[in-house]
Amino acid sequence: MTDQTAFHSGLLNPAAPVPDGLTDAQARPAGRRYGVYRNNVTVSLREALAEGFPSLVGLIGRENFDHVARAYLRQSPPTSPLMMHYGAGLPEFVASLDQLKHLPYLADVARIDVAMRQSYHAADSTGIDATALQTLDEEALLSTRFDFAPSMILIRSSYPIGSIWHYTLRGGDKPAGQAEDVLILRAEYDPEPFVLGPGAGNVVQALQNGASFGAAIDQGGDAFDLAALLNLLLSQQAITYLKN
Amino acid sequence: MPDATHAFPHLPNLPGVGYKPQHFSDILTDPSPVGWLEIHAENYMGDGGRPIAQLRVLAERFPISVHGVGLSIGGEGRLDPDHLLRLKHLCDWLNPASFSEHLAWSTHDSHFLNDLLPLPYTDVTLTRVADHIDEVQTVLGRRMLLENPSSYLAFAESTWSETDFLAEIVRRTGCGLLLDVNNVFVSATNLDYSPQGYIDAYPLEAVGEVHLGGHDEDEDDHGAPLLIDSHGREVVDPVWALLDYTLAKSGPKPLLVEWDTDVPDWPVLADEARRAASALTRVLA
Amino acid sequence: MSKALKTVAIVGAVAASLAAHTTTATAQAKEKCFGVSLAGKNDCAAGPGTTCAGTSTVDYQGNAWTLVDAGTCAEIELPAMADGTARMGSLEELNRDLPG
Repeated sequence: MTDQTAFHSGLLNPAAPVPDGLTDAQARPAGRRYGVYRNNVTVSLREALAEGFPSLVGLIGRENFDHVARAYLRQSPPTSPLMMHYGAGLPEFVASLDQLKHLPYLADVARIDVAMRQSYHAADSTGIDATALQTLDEEALLSTRFDFAPSMILIRSSYPIGSIWHYTLRGGDKPAGQAEDVLILRAEYDPEPFVLGPGAGNVVQALQNGASFGAAIDQGGDAFDLAALLNLLLSQQAITYLKN
Repeated sequence: MPDATHAFPHLPNLPGVGYKPQHFSDILTDPSPVGWLEIHAENYMGDGGRPIAQLRVLAERFPISVHGVGLSIGGEGRLDPDHLLRLKHLCDWLNPASFSEHLAWSTHDSHFLNDLLPLPYTDVTLTRVADHIDEVQTVLGRRMLLENPSSYLAFAESTWSETDFLAEIVRRTGCGLLLDVNNVFVSATNLDYSPQGYIDAYPLEAVGEVHLGGHDEDEDDHGAPLLIDSHGREVVDPVWALLDYTLAKSGPKPLLVEWDTDVPDWPVLADEARRAASALTRVLA
Repeated sequence: MSKALKTVAIVGAVAASLAAHTTTATAQAKEKCFGVSLAGKNDCAAGPGTTCAGTSTVDYQGNAWTLVDAGTCAEIELPAMADGTARMGSLEELNRDLPG
């Protein structure tokens, strides 16, 4: 008898023997016929990861990526039939690999890939009318709290991850050595990673954590450009509700 | 949000294609080659964004077939209740013209393997599959179609032929069948039986939809042909001939062209749909 | 900064951003784009979909691997980070196998 535990056992392990009880039409052992299923599982998951991590593929090249993906999929196969979410743990896995230790920014750039997908499939929402802020008196303005679009995702890093992502997928200037916070925003259907200016990551994080507008701005520091951040959030439909 | 007031009650006996997002504009610009579209259920289970926005637009104009690939109906364990509810949610708001799944398993010990894996055909597996189909039809509140797999190997323990197994499942559950003639051709070649003989033994009266697709050619350890159901190229002539053989016995059916890897530009897929249309024309002549 | 001064600065920034935003919003005519985005922009963002197809690609490789020089990371040279937390290298610096 070939139960599914036995059939499953060799799918993620290329060194495992072909399970008993599987044959060809002449009742000979299945041999590489079983290998078709092993290939289907391995290659389909590898391709799925490559599709989901375009910047990581670009950064280390497809050959290296395939090695990373193969090791990851065997250790962490999907736990849901929703392939759109597969690979959320790959950035952490990348950070654990000795072969990639000298490229410490990789994991954080890969987190942009994950977040772009999350944003793409996030629930739809409508941004507030920009004038809603203007109608508040000064006290109300400082004490208001924001709800953000489900498609908005903040990624903070010690590395220039936004510049690296752009350079890898769209070309342009080589990244300079600086920390960057990236805010992924989706005004309609296409998420876009925006590199935030100084202090803006602190402010967005504080707002996400429920701080009032006034308290969040205090986190921005001297170089923080409030008008630039507000313009970004409003133009990308990121603020969905004002609450007091 | 049951907003599908436009509901198309059933799939028409016309060609359809597996929907790919890159063809969205082409399909709306020139819908003439296709009478309906098929989607993979799992790709429309996100919370929002473009996939669902596109599907809402398409569902206004085309009958939609929801084709699940992740329910693991042939699995040894119980069906994933969360996934079944996601399917119910999709079917409730979309109100598709058809829902279908596979005679296969893909989940084991919480691992989803992203492939349609085979099962032996025994009394035990028959009861299990029939119970799962009962559960699906009860939860969804609709009849489902079950698709025959592509087989690359046989199980020594099988005691039922695939056609008898499918017929008995239909008898027990009242479900319909999705007949994939490319899968028949692939399995018959790989396991050395007659594809026409399979069609002769198959319960054609239960068929609600027919699939067509391309396959790749490989060989096994003994040099025997081993066809791989890759959905990555045109349907080959022997499969078109098997379709003609099938339609001559079954009468016209909704015909779906599947092309899932190396997806071509729309004109190539549209040509395949036109070829399916001419097969339907021949059976009506 | 006193609270009064801060409030004035914030109100000014809000007004400035609203002026800028009005222009942007007008420029983005409200035509819903259901189609796939412009080529090369965000086509990858959907990520993987499901498959019910097999593959004739063979992959029996084990897990051990060595990094080969490829990809844009070979072109990216960054100085030690200002905070000293990390030094970023290029791909050429290190080629070695997994232990075991």
